[in-house]
Amino acid sequence: MKSRLISIQTIVVCFVLSSLALGQDLASFEKRTTVKKLANGLTIVICERPEAPVFSFFTHVDTGSVQDPMGKTGLAHMFEHMAFKGTDTIGTRDYAGEKVALAKVEEAYAAYIAERDQSVGRDERKLAQLEQNWKDAIAAADKFSAAYNNEFGKIVEGEGGEGMNASTSWDETEYFYSFPINRLELWAYLESERFLHPVLRQFYKERNVVTEERRMRVDSDPVGRLLEQFSEEAFAAHPYHRPTIGWPSDLDSFSATDAQNFFDKYYVPSNMVVAVVGDLKAAEAMPIVEKYFSRIPARPKPDTATTTEPPQNSERSVVLHEQSQPFYLEGYHRPDYRSPDDQVYDAISDLMSNGRTSRLYRALVRDKQIASDAEGFTGYPGNKYPQLFAFYALPLPGHKPQEVGDAIHAEIERLKNEDISDEELKMIKTRAKANLIRSLGSNEGLASELGLYQARYDDWRELFRSVERIEKVSKADIRRVANKTFTPDNRTVGIIEFAPPPPGAGAGPQGGGQ
Amino acid sequence: MKRALFFFFFAILVVVIGFSSGSAQLWAQAQQPSQQPWQQIPIPELPAFHPAQPKRIELPNGMVVFLQEDHELPTIDGTARIRGGERSVPANKAGLTDVYSEVWRTGGTKAETGDQLDDYLEQRAAKVETGGGIDSTTVSWSCLKEDFDDVFRVFGDLLKNPEFRAEKIAIAQKGQYDAISRRNDDPGQIAGREAAKLAYGANNPYARVAEYATVAAITRQDLVEWHGKYVHPNNIILGVVGDFDSAKMEARLRTAFASWPRGPAAKDSEIKPEPAKPGYYQVDKADVNQSTIQMVALGITRKNPDYFATSVFSEAFGGGFSSRLFGDIRTTKGLAYAVGGGVGAGWDHLGMLRLMVGTKSNTTIESIQALDEEIADLPKRPINDEEIKRAKDAILNSFVFRFDSPEKVLQEKMAYEFYGYPLDFLENFQKGIEGVTKEDVARVATKYIHREQMAVLVVGNAGEFDKPLSSLGTVNKLDITIPALPPGVMPAQGEHP
Repeated sequence: MKSRLISIQTIVVCFVLSSLALGQDLASFEKRTTVKKLANGLTIVICERPEAPVFSFFTHVDTGSVQDPMGKTGLAHMFEHMAFKGTDTIGTRDYAGEKVALAKVEEAYAAYIAERDQSVGRDERKLAQLEQNWKDAIAAADKFSAAYNNEFGKIVEGEGGEGMNASTSWDETEYFYSFPINRLELWAYLESERFLHPVLRQFYKERNVVTEERRMRVDSDPVGRLLEQFSEEAFAAHPYHRPTIGWPSDLDSFSATDAQNFFDKYYVPSNMVVAVVGDLKAAEAMPIVEKYFSRIPARPKPDTATTTEPPQNSERSVVLHEQSQPFYLEGYHRPDYRSPDDQVYDAISDLMSNGRTSRLYRALVRDKQIASDAEGFTGYPGNKYPQLFAFYALPLPGHKPQEVGDAIHAEIERLKNEDISDEELKMIKTRAKANLIRSLGSNEGLASELGLYQARYDDWRELFRSVERIEKVSKADIRRVANKTFTPDNRTVGIIEFAPPPPGAGAGPQGGGQ
Repeated sequence: MKRALFFFFFAILVVVIGFSSGSAQLWAQAQQPSQQPWQQIPIPELPAFHPAQPKRIELPNGMVVFLQEDHELPTIDGTARIRGGERSVPANKAGLTDVYSEVWRTGGTKAETGDQLDDYLEQRAAKVETGGGIDSTTVSWSCLKEDFDDVFRVFGDLLKNPEFRAEKIAIAQKGQYDAISRRNDDPGQIAGREAAKLAYGANNPYARVAEYATVAAITRQDLVEWHGKYVHPNNIILGVVGDFDSAKMEARLRTAFASWPRGPAAKDSEIKPEPAKPGYYQVDKADVNQSTIQMVALGITRKNPDYFATSVFSEAFGGGFSSRLFGDIRTTKGLAYAVGGGVGAGWDHLGMLRLMVGTKSNTTIESIQALDEEIADLPKRPINDEEIKRAKDAILNSFVFRFDSPEKVLQEKMAYEFYGYPLDFLENFQKGIEGVTKEDVARVATKYIHREQMAVLVVGNAGEFDKPLSSLGTVNKLDITIPALPPGVMPAQGEHP
């Protein structure tokens, strides 16, 4: 099946809405959702959903790439990869020996890096020797684990684990999969062991894997390249300006020791929420979950203070000249998710972007016919900290990025100067309920949402209350927030302009139709 | 508090990306001298689970209906799948089902424009959408139970009485032109497209792509004729899932479609693959630092008795987190983030056998050779007992996830009905996997994995390769330049390519 690069006309098969009173839904979830804060500070959320003999979980760690230390960007994501490398019993059969060998790798790497990074007087022969020592140490350490490669993942997959993966964003790190319900205790053991006794083996090979991931997502993708530059331009002070995947030189520098220190500092129980949803009874499941997860020792909650992004007082822009088709993006600073206007931004996003009744679709795609797709959305690149409300459009062949930018600005001006209609306001509120209900029909979706809201608000009920708040959004709110936010001085623009490949660059794939 | 989930905004970085369906494998207790701690944790029997089966009804006019009750949420969703898809489109109109399936909805019905339908449905946060694919098109709806009458009326009217308004055809064509213009921007998209052409033949309906000229050639008459040719009740499978009473829904559907007469049955003519010659194929892309490598040949169908053994083989060889390719090329050698593959199995035509790896430019040849080694190693080091147990356990222990929601059960049954498989195919699949032996896996590996018959595609920055690709054999350079738009089709041509 062919698909367009970006399409808002996705076929929606499993889409639901409820006009049920929200209180009724919340009441039903109150009955089947149980929260327990363990003595070590870790929060467990269990939600009973007895539809089939399976369960899903999300381990939500309230730490993301924003916490990457200076000079070590990419470390949060790197640790996420390492959390699949096993423990002192999974992934090896002789940890005592392996531990000594891994320590030697770190020693050798530190010596190598110290010489490599000398700006004056580097001894190349010595450097080559130190590099060889490091590689030899790796080979020695690998002997302890080579026969047990990926044992953690093998256990999970062999026991019927489904959808095992993890993700790292600027705001948080999440680990997740689903199991048949008879593996609940096995899961509680495996998932707690993972954060009780992690062993950062095969670190430098995995660093190469992550560097390949960077090449795929950023270096070899024009929109990936644009986003990296755009974020860097939009945020001068806050760590949102740094790439989650990490800068290449950092990926070539940080060590397993750095990753261990990061883990020790941020993967503390009070920084973690584990949400479990499926065919279980809290009364029976909670003691099992508690038994295993309470083994993780309490540690102090880390200091997560960051620089506050100062007000932007002049328009900024980045223009990439690429051998690919044009792209337009712009973003405006807005406050974090705890702002009283948070739901007003959600309402604006829905109005501008949701489906064929949205203002940007109707203006740019249907009427002016200058773009194949156009949307506005909040939460870029994250939403825990002051962030951007962004707009993007893909200009149709024959149309320039600036033209779609102008058309977006015309729609923004309408938002600032005219009240939205009664029908539009009603549609936004109806759809907000629909989106909520839609998220309640799967174990994975529920585990993800309950974990997130419990972590962010210390109360999963905010998932429901946030929809109640959107009920209160008025036409005046939308105009007020639009006028406050969407000003030229608060804007950063990111553009891809087509540039033909340099002469002699080979029969490179060019854009069509020139 | 919304998370930005637009897929191209990489707010999220995951540890793995998946290739084939499902997960991978289990564990070898037999080989271990003593039990590991995790093995001491008791695993009780999984409680007996008999998921609700949809009720199958065949209406007098030939429409097949599946009704699946699911009372968890107060919603009713449905999908009509209609025989006839892109593979039946003549080559000079390639892309027709993309345009058709967009304008079917945006073009509205005879009574209402698509814009009016948008407003009507969005006030109810309901959807009626159309789609198109290689062998079928779809009309689907989703709504709150209490809006069912309103939404089902739109669904039925759109199914039978679309108008394909001309102004919406123009918008759909422009969208297609845009997609064509962007199709060489992403190396993964280039590799997927060109690899399919190598496996099936460049002009084969399973591989060919729309061009400016073929999209420009599509007329309203083509869309009207397509609808007239295929949309008859005897070509339709309708599945409904949600909060309803089956008896009442059945009566409702019988009434709604009673007066709709049969029409000519959709026919699919046989499509013969014309694979490219084995060898090396290169797409030079100057603005990347990573090569996308795919080794391809033809795969099998699910009707092939070898399907079960190849499923186990693919799982063990390149299917997941614990496969050989993942362990050797990613974990041990650190050559790739994305690596995997296996023998693809189509429902009613041969799937693709595909092995792929993404690696930095200066380990391109090294990575091809690493894949070569894995293949050459298979006869010497066949998939062993431990790997087979792990692969079978992975498939069988996760089997419950194939039917852990009423909607998944419905979708399985609809697929079997559409492709003429027995409705108990899933139960047979389980038995089939259980019966796979080490000898079966070795036999299918020998039968299907022939390196010398594969086409090897490399999309990358050739100037930065560790060695020229020609050091491995004769290289065919693929020209992926997009054929120009016919004059006058789009305004201001050449302003931006």
